[in-house]
Amino acid sequence: MNHFNALTLAASASVLASTVLAAEPKVPVNLPAHKEGAYVHQAPTLEDLNADTSIHPELREVILKGRDLFNNTQQLRGKYVFNDMSCRNCHMGEGGQNWSGPVWPAATTLPDFRGKNGHVNSLEERIAGCFAYSMNGTPPAYGSDEMVALSAYHQWLATGAPVYERNISGRGFSSLGKNIPDDISYEAGQAVYQENCAVCHGDDGAGQRANGKVVFPALWGDHSYNWGAGISRIFTAASFIHLNMPLGKPGSLSEQDAWNVAWYINSQERPQDPRFTGDAAETREKHLNFHKHTRYGTEFNGQVLGQHDNTGDKPFLKPDSLKPRSFTFE
Amino acid sequence: MFKSGLRIMLAGVVLASGAVQAAGVAADGQKIVMQGDGSGAPCLACHGMDGVGNDAGGFPRLAGLDVEYLAKQMHDYNSGTRVSPIMQPNVDNLSEQQILDVAAYYASQPVPAVKAPDVSDDMMALGEKLATRGDWSKHLPSCNSCHGPGNAGVGAAFPGIAGQHPTYIRQQLKAWQNGSRHNDPVQLMTGVAERLTDAEIEAVAAYLAAQPVTVAEGGQ
Repeated sequence: MNHFNALTLAASASVLASTVLAAEPKVPVNLPAHKEGAYVHQAPTLEDLNADTSIHPELREVILKGRDLFNNTQQLRGKYVFNDMSCRNCHMGEGGQNWSGPVWPAATTLPDFRGKNGHVNSLEERIAGCFAYSMNGTPPAYGSDEMVALSAYHQWLATGAPVYERNISGRGFSSLGKNIPDDISYEAGQAVYQENCAVCHGDDGAGQRANGKVVFPALWGDHSYNWGAGISRIFTAASFIHLNMPLGKPGSLSEQDAWNVAWYINSQERPQDPRFTGDAAETREKHLNFHKHTRYGTEFNGQVLGQHDNTGDKPFLKPDSLKPRSFTFE
Repeated sequence: MFKSGLRIMLAGVVLASGAVQAAGVAADGQKIVMQGDGSGAPCLACHGMDGVGNDAGGFPRLAGLDVEYLAKQMHDYNSGTRVSPIMQPNVDNLSEQQILDVAAYYASQPVPAVKAPDVSDDMMALGEKLATRGDWSKHLPSCNSCHGPGNAGVGAAFPGIAGQHPTYIRQQLKAWQNGSRHNDPVQLMTGVAERLTDAEIEAVAAYLAAQPVTVAEGGQ
């Protein structure tokens, strides 16, 4: 043994370790345990859809169209979508994955009151919100072929789920809670970003394309989600990142790294919140139940974030669909 | 020890003379492809003059791959983050400029089609599912979510894998599983590879080999 030099010894030790630990994954998947008593959904797959003879062929076509729009929402670019996003970029596993913002609960829990816009929303209106904010666009009309297809896809993903069940495991993006840690750090987040995110999303956050098609969406700048998107909230981004990024490595970043990198990404400029009044600080106050979780309308590096007229690629500020409504039935 | 000392010295000389070119020269690379690095086999012995490679030998198609990706692999053989008893001795005497030249040469070669293995329709369907949809029940994103449309590659970090030899794809997925290849950025391939079964590796290699090849334009 004593004739081994240090290098050989170290090398054989590491070979031994990797042999012994062969069953231990080098990149483990770290997801939270499901809460006791919560409903855990198993969304159906494409294979299930094709094998289900009880579904009318025309309905199957509509669901498949919805799935296609969901996975490749960029086919609506310039019409309804004005940035790099497709639905599946945030809602992993084609919208069915637990801990990845599964979309089927929108079909089982709506219509319901939503704090974001202060009235009762239908499934279609919820989908419209994603177009208006996350995709920095304007929604297909209610009742349109696209909207029916997307709604059908959502509802089909909910197959077997109890209606109005609200205790759902793996729903939404809030696994890290909503309270921003006191020691959150832009500089630490920048370092996490450079090490883990830049290889796909670019040093400048602009994402990457190949043969003209978006592969990795922009995380800030003109082609990213706008200041009204759910994921512009620090906690939403942190929870999404923690359990979904880097792609294929759920739970690999520490909670602290996830918070810091979310803070870094959501300190960057992006297209204007469609609810902009002309003054970001005022808009923030007006929608404080939302913006208390974002940096919008606050000062950073001597600038007020979001105080600009840039709507990205979108040639308008506010889609017509965004309007207050009340249900005062006479 | 002597060799690395010499290399550092040489690099110093080259740096001082300002002769290092930022980009490779394909014509110079062509000569190296024919002659090798002076101590091993020339590149063309396995990869071919045209970069078409050889499936039976597990030698990858290099033609049309991203120039930076190709250069990085040679660097990684020399640093040991990618281990191949064949490749190491054949690139360890290349200068930085020669590495860039070889990369530029093979990157500029037209992309040939490769012969896909004859597998069952079920295997091909499984390969297509993994390559284009993934398997989220075990946290496997699809190949094309990083390797891009048609799996034709994205920038320097995500090489084109459509139209690659199946033996090579299989070998690399195994190399990531067993850790002999660990030069993937952020361990992105390690996580994916270790969740694949042997049958899935077989299937995805067959599917990718059967895909028509285009060369990706774009990146960052």
